[in-house]
Amino acid sequence: MLTGQNALVTGASRGIGRAIAIELASQGANVAVNYAGSEQKAQAVVEEIEKLGVKAFKIQADVANESDVKAMMKEVVSQFGSLDILVNNAGITRDNLLMRMKEEEFDQVINTNLKGVFVCTKAVTRQMMKQRAGRIINVASIVGVAGNPGQANYVAAKAGVIGLTKTTAKELASRNILVNAVAPGFIATDMTDELTDEQRQGTLDMIPLAKLGQPEDVARVVRFLASEDANYITGQTIHIDGGMVM
Amino acid sequence: MAEVFDRVKAIIVDRLDVEEDKITMEASFKDDLEADSLDVVELVMELEDEFDMEIADEEAEKINTVGDAVNYINSKQ
Repeated sequence: MLTGQNALVTGASRGIGRAIAIELASQGANVAVNYAGSEQKAQAVVEEIEKLGVKAFKIQADVANESDVKAMMKEVVSQFGSLDILVNNAGITRDNLLMRMKEEEFDQVINTNLKGVFVCTKAVTRQMMKQRAGRIINVASIVGVAGNPGQANYVAAKAGVIGLTKTTAKELASRNILVNAVAPGFIATDMTDELTDEQRQGTLDMIPLAKLGQPEDVARVVRFLASEDANYITGQTIHIDGGMVM
Repeated sequence: MAEVFDRVKAIIVDRLDVEEDKITMEASFKDDLEADSLDVVELVMELEDEFDMEIADEEAEKINTVGDAVNYINSKQ
């Protein structure tokens, strides 16, 4: 249980982030729902969480913008009194073959998906160091481990997140701040809805469990990493991919 | 001056768990007070709260001794 814990989930208005926010709330955590543009969807997540009997509010911020993020951390601590769990989930895709990928497509994805994790982690560390406790869970991707054609930017960012997770775990372990990553495989979300039927079938052929994952499959592992059950785990990347990459 | 030193000293005693008489203006956080780099970052954070100021990263990096911290705080007040 996460009763009385306070969490912030970035990119929580839909997909995996939404499922994580709801899962943490279902275990008793109060949840700040960060979003970039989808205000109405973020509001719907807040309402769903409030039905579970815990506190929630939505907060707009671009995770790659340091002043936005500092203000967001301040707001969360002022509303909740502490910040115990940070889930760095916000991410975008701008897929293209390497030879066709524009510099700005590369930069945008690195900015949100990698720099965003750095900025949010740095900003939350101050609070967590004072508390002498905290959990940071980064949503990476299995393609950051295995590579994926057409996603040079996304793969580079997610591989970066895995490295960042390990370094942050080592730097902050002495302060009882545990940092782990999850690496989802193909999960049924808006992001994977964009696959063609052919791509989808090709993907399924690579998955021993022969089905797409659900956002809740990822959310439950994040909840575990945020809980006392994971007290002796830090710096790890847990694959949630139906056995795709072993 | 003395007042700032005493407040800084109290924070150091609390954070680094060192004996009070080791804390002099000349004492180096890392060499004399056995602070690691994360301890120094944390001390700077506590000083910011105690004295209600923001110490920029570039300034914080120059704080090596107790005297550096005290003088910096005095210069901003």
